[in-house]
Amino acid sequence: MESSLLSLQIAGLNLDYPGMLASGVLGYSAESMHRVIENGAGAVVTKSVGMQPRGGYANPTVVQAKSGLINAMGLPNPGIDVYVEEIKYTKTLIHQPLIVSVFGYSAEEYATVAKKAADAGADALELNVSCPHVRQTGSEIGQNPNLLSEVVKAVKAMVKVPVFVKLSPNVTDIVHLASTAVHAGADALTVVNTLRAIAIDTETAKPILNNIKGGLSGPAMKAVALRCVYDIREKLVDTPIIGCGGISDWQDAVEFFLAGANALQVGTAIAFDGPEVFQTINRGIEVYLRRKHFGSVNDLVGLSHRN
Amino acid sequence: MTLSDCLTVTNTLRTTTIVQVITESPSVKTYLFIDKQCAKAKPGQFLMLWIPGIDEIPLSILNATEDGLISVSVKAVGDATRHLSSMEAGATIGIRGPFGNSFTQNHGNVLLIGGGTGTAPLLFLAKTLSNKAKKLSFIVGAKTKNELLFVEQLNKICPEKTLITTTDDGTYGLQCLVTEPLNDLLEREKFDAIYTCGPEVMVKKIFELTQKHNLPLEASLERLMRCGIGLCGSCVIGKYRVCKDGPVFNNMQLNEIKDELGISKLGFDGSRIPI
Repeated sequence: MESSLLSLQIAGLNLDYPGMLASGVLGYSAESMHRVIENGAGAVVTKSVGMQPRGGYANPTVVQAKSGLINAMGLPNPGIDVYVEEIKYTKTLIHQPLIVSVFGYSAEEYATVAKKAADAGADALELNVSCPHVRQTGSEIGQNPNLLSEVVKAVKAMVKVPVFVKLSPNVTDIVHLASTAVHAGADALTVVNTLRAIAIDTETAKPILNNIKGGLSGPAMKAVALRCVYDIREKLVDTPIIGCGGISDWQDAVEFFLAGANALQVGTAIAFDGPEVFQTINRGIEVYLRRKHFGSVNDLVGLSHRN
Repeated sequence: MTLSDCLTVTNTLRTTTIVQVITESPSVKTYLFIDKQCAKAKPGQFLMLWIPGIDEIPLSILNATEDGLISVSVKAVGDATRHLSSMEAGATIGIRGPFGNSFTQNHGNVLLIGGGTGTAPLLFLAKTLSNKAKKLSFIVGAKTKNELLFVEQLNKICPEKTLITTTDDGTYGLQCLVTEPLNDLLEREKFDAIYTCGPEVMVKKIFELTQKHNLPLEASLERLMRCGIGLCGSCVIGKYRVCKDGPVFNNMQLNEIKDELGISKLGFDGSRIPI
């Protein structure tokens, strides 16, 4: 595979391939992330890490929906003070960008966790202001422009590495929140997190997830995520955007570029097609670029807006 | 149907009714239920069992018939399994699966070693191999007599002298760990395949013994599992996902993960904790 066709830069990071591992998937251990990189991911994003360890919710934490999955893991993580060792270990195994996903219950917490992650070697941070199933963090921050701005500013004041902000699709006007994040200093936007959802068992009349509600991912939400990227690109012409949401094959990937994404994240597809899905997507994009006589994946960004 | 479609069907939760509960030991019960998706399950595969409103847990498949009568054995150890042990025939449960890979099925001279509830997938394998393998030997161990599982069924499968039972306290069979008779067997007999499942410290010891004798081993491993489909990363050991790349690992793979085997695992919060 000729990586020059597929390589790109986003927020100062060099990616050999356009797809990153999305947060929440296989992102605890160094060995898992290394395996994803070996399969053609351009970068990896860790599970979201907070100040304190969290065990997450009891099972079921993932339930199959038609054409997607609904999850409510509950942000299980060992806490940043333990996780710094995993960050350091991961940096010895992989040479592609390691992005640490961060959450907190206040701007100070976000900033403290971000600083510790950056000091341990994170190449960039992704602020989880969009987890739809844990109270007083995640989307409760990302849905509120004042809190969102405060969190992004606090983190930016503490770290020098690029800061991504992962937006929630569960909002009335995503473009407004995207602008808020950018004005507060976000270096890139990850668009988007999961859609708030529920699954109910007909025999027992019970919601299946232990947390009752969770976030929908996978092909079922792709068209929504794609619209979010399109809307944001229309208003924020120069903002680096990482498209995320239901990307399963090269056609999905190309659609996100055409809608305005500069890079991609893949998560749920790994459950169905394995970490090898990155290789398959890369090959497909490359064949498309050659067939359409594009010199680089960067040439696709936002093309659908010109029509 | 593509691979993705197959997994989507397998992963869709089905509710079914417990048709029978069998008490195997003071702490272990076997549950039987009907599930068409699991009818084709192979020895070594597992399913996710939903206890409505309580939890969802991974369980090795003890048996699966063509008409879809499935059984699993459960030891009451935590909140979920204790709740399950209070459930009776007629109760509703949910099933996803079957998931994971399975044991290879060698038809030569085979040896199976089970510890505690780890004996369940090996009984399934032994039943499958019993008329096909040239010779089948089984070592089964437990702490004490009333915790030894499936001895009656194993006696029927293993012709005389090929079933060895051990207990830590000597209340039944040999008073030792399963690894003692294993060591003797490996000294005097050549096996084409060795299969094991049980406490990981036992598995590690068996791995070391089989490596010493240069014999092929397949071990079924257990980890904290959440999604069961290779997504969440809760069950990783080294680069492998126990739910998707396993739960059965061969000696080459076990060698790759020997720094974690029997030593550490991920806890609920994803931190590495000692076993």
